[in-house]
Amino acid sequence: MSKTLIRGAKILGGDPQDVLIDGETIAAVGTALEAGDATVVEADGMILLPGLVDLHTHLREPGREDSETVLTGTRAAAIGGYTAVHAMANTFPVADTAGVVEQVWRLGRESGYCDVQPVGAVTVGLAGKQLAELGAMADSAAGVRVFSDDGKCVDDAVIMRRALEYVKAFDGVVAQHAQEPRLTEGAQMNEGIVSGELGLIGWPAVAEESIIARDVLLAAHVDSRVHICHLSTAGSVEIVRWAKSKGWNVTAEVTPHHLLLTDELVRSYNPVYKVNPPLRTEADVMALREALADGTIDCVATDHAPHPHEDKDCEWAAAAMGMVGLETALSVVQQTMVDTGLLDWAGVADRMSARPAAIGRLAGHGRPVAAGEPANLTLVDPAYRGVVNPAGFASRSRNTPYEGRELPGRVIATFLRGRATVVDGKLA
Amino acid sequence: MKRHLISAADLTRDDAILVLDTAEEMARVADRPIKKLPTLRGRTVVNLFFEDSTRTRISFEAAAKRLSADVINFSAKGSSVSKGESLKDTALTLEAMGADAVVIRHGSSGAPHRLATSGWIGGSVVNAGDGTHEHPTQALLDAFTMRRHLAGAKDGGPTFHRGPGDGSGRDLAGRRITIVGDILHSRVARSNVHLLNTLGAQVTLVAPPTLLPIGVDTWPCDVSYDLDAVLAKSDAVMMLRVQSERMNAAFFPTEREYSRRYGLDGGRMAALPEHAIVMHPGPMNRGMEITAEVADSERCTVVEQVANGVSIRMAVLYLLLGGNEPAIATAAPAARTEENHQS
Repeated sequence: MSKTLIRGAKILGGDPQDVLIDGETIAAVGTALEAGDATVVEADGMILLPGLVDLHTHLREPGREDSETVLTGTRAAAIGGYTAVHAMANTFPVADTAGVVEQVWRLGRESGYCDVQPVGAVTVGLAGKQLAELGAMADSAAGVRVFSDDGKCVDDAVIMRRALEYVKAFDGVVAQHAQEPRLTEGAQMNEGIVSGELGLIGWPAVAEESIIARDVLLAAHVDSRVHICHLSTAGSVEIVRWAKSKGWNVTAEVTPHHLLLTDELVRSYNPVYKVNPPLRTEADVMALREALADGTIDCVATDHAPHPHEDKDCEWAAAAMGMVGLETALSVVQQTMVDTGLLDWAGVADRMSARPAAIGRLAGHGRPVAAGEPANLTLVDPAYRGVVNPAGFASRSRNTPYEGRELPGRVIATFLRGRATVVDGKLA
Repeated sequence: MKRHLISAADLTRDDAILVLDTAEEMARVADRPIKKLPTLRGRTVVNLFFEDSTRTRISFEAAAKRLSADVINFSAKGSSVSKGESLKDTALTLEAMGADAVVIRHGSSGAPHRLATSGWIGGSVVNAGDGTHEHPTQALLDAFTMRRHLAGAKDGGPTFHRGPGDGSGRDLAGRRITIVGDILHSRVARSNVHLLNTLGAQVTLVAPPTLLPIGVDTWPCDVSYDLDAVLAKSDAVMMLRVQSERMNAAFFPTEREYSRRYGLDGGRMAALPEHAIVMHPGPMNRGMEITAEVADSERCTVVEQVANGVSIRMAVLYLLLGGNEPAIATAAPAARTEENHQS
C-alpha cells in the first residue's frame, strides 16, 4: 500500500502538523512524523481540509455529454478539492429510476476522480405529477438518499407533502428547487431596479420565499426533513432562521456565485451571468454571507451547471441558465467568507464538507482529519492569487462568470481514499 | 456621439440637441422637390428586423434612402432559436456583406447591446426597439415633436397649435411631460424617461400599479396612479398603446375599466392647458387608450410624429456614419461623395 506524508500543513487552519496517509486511511497525525518510504508533500503555509462534498452538481451524463460527462465533471471536482459530489437528476433520461441512478453511480466509480452520489428525481420525468420510485432508488446500489426535481420546483403542495412523508421510510431528504412557477413565467433575472431598467422579465424573491415558507411548514407537519437548494434571498434566510428556531428539520445551501455576484452584472446583457435562481442584490449577498457564517445556511453547494458555448454565445433571452462552479468554489468562499473574517477554515470544512456529507448521509466523507479516518483530504494554498482562465478548466464547459477575475487560493492536492487525484494543482 | 445608439441614456444633452438640430436640417430636405442628399452614397445600411414592424422599418428605410445609402432589408421573423440561426451567425453574415450600419429590431431586451459589444460586427448598431427595453429613435422623434410645439415659438415658448415651430438649439427645460399606459412593457417609455430627463423635462408616469415596473421609484421621474390629477399640469400627454392580451394576464380587469380610468377622451383633453399636445407612438387603439375625438383633434401629433421619425432617423444615421461635417453644407457633401467612390 502506498504511503504519503503531508508535512507541516495547518489542519483546518490550526498549527502546522504532519499527516501520514497509509493506504486508504489517515495513519497518524502529529509533529515530526517519520517519512520512511512515504511520498512527501511539503505543505508549509498550506491549509488541510477534509475532502469537499458538493450537494448540488450537474454532471449532464446521460444525455448532454456535449457539455459535461461524469468523467470530465469529476475531474473538475477533484481540481476544485472535492472528493464527493451529488449528481442532479435532470439528465436525459431523467434519473427517476433505479436503472439510471445505478448507471450514474457506476460511471462515477469508473472515473476514479471523486465519489459520485446520484440524486433521484422526486417525480417521474421531473413533471411534478407522480412520485418516482423513490424506494427503488434508495434500495439500489446507488443508495440514493437525496431526492430533487432540481431545475423544476415540486410546486404541487400535495405531491411535496407525500414526498416528504414517503422518504422518511429510508431516511431520505427532499431537496427543493424553490420557485413558484406562475410568479416566474418567462423570468430572466432578479426582479428589482435592474430588471425594470433593462426591460427583462423579473424573477421576484417572493417566488422563492413563498415556496420555502410552505415547505418548512409541510416538513414540520409531517415531521420529515427538507433541504432548500441554492437559497438566494435575504427573505429566504429569515424564513429558514425561523424554521430552525422552531427545531424543525430544515437545511439549506447557498452557491458560491450568490455569495459574490449581484444583478448589477446583468447590465452587460452577457448571458454568462444568467442563472437560476438569478443573481440578486448586494443586500441579499450580505444576508447570505451572514447566514452561512452563523449556520442558518448549512452549506455551500456549487450548482455546477455546464453549458456548451453556443448556449451562452447569443442574446440574453435565448441563453441557457447556469454557470460552472466546481473549480472556483473554494476560491470564492475564501474571498467572500475567510478573507472577510466571517468564517475560519474550520468553518469552511464544516460548510463545504461535514455538513453536506451529513445532509446527504454520505459515510466516509466530511470526517475529521484524524488518525483512523478515511484519507479524503484537500490541501489548499490560501496565499495564491490567480486570474480565472476557463481555457484551463478540467470541465468540458467554460461558462464561468469569473473569467478574468482575480480570486484567492488554490487547491494544491486532493486525496480520495489515500490516492492523490490532484498533485501540484494538476490532475494526477 | 458614440459609435452605436443602443440606449437613450447613451446620449449626453449636447448629443441629443445635436441630433434634434440635425433633424431640423433634415426636415428641410423633405420640403424640397427632390428629397435626397448624397451624404451616405456608397454606404450600406441593413435593417435587421426580428420582429414585424412595418412602420419603423419603412421609416428607417426612407431615412437611409434620402441620404443615398444602399438599404438591405433583412427580415428574420421569429426568435433566432426557433429559426435555427443564431443572432451571431446572422451578424457574421451581415458583416461579410459589408454593412456600415445595422438597424436592429429584436424581441429580446439587450439583443442590440449584444450585437454591438460581442465583436461580431464592425459597423454601427442602431437600436430600433429591443423587447421591453428601449427604442431610442422613438424617444428622439418624440422629443423633436415636443420641442417644435412646446419650445418652437420665437420666444422659446409653445406654439399654441399654430403649426410646428423650430426650437433649434433649445432643450425641454421645465416642460412637464406625462406618459400614460403600459409602462412595464414599454420600450418607448424607458427611452423617453432617459432622454426627457437629459433634456431637462419633468416626466410623470401614469399607469395602474400592475403596469409599472418594480423599482420605478428609482427612475428620474414622478409616478401617479391618477390621470385626472396630472392633466392640468401637463404640457404634453403621451398615450401608450395597451395590448388587449394584458387583460388576460390580469394586469387590469377589462378594457372598459382601463379605458375609463386611463384612457384620454374629450373631457380629459379639455382639462389640459391650452397649449398642451397629445402624442401617441402608434399604432393607436382608438376607443381604448385614446378616443377618436382626441386622436383626430388639432392637438394630436400622431401623424407629425411619423414624419418627424424620418428626419430623426436621417439625423442619427448621418451622425453615426457621416462624420462631423454639416449635413447640408454645399461643398462638403460633394467632397465626401468622391471619397466614398474611391473607397
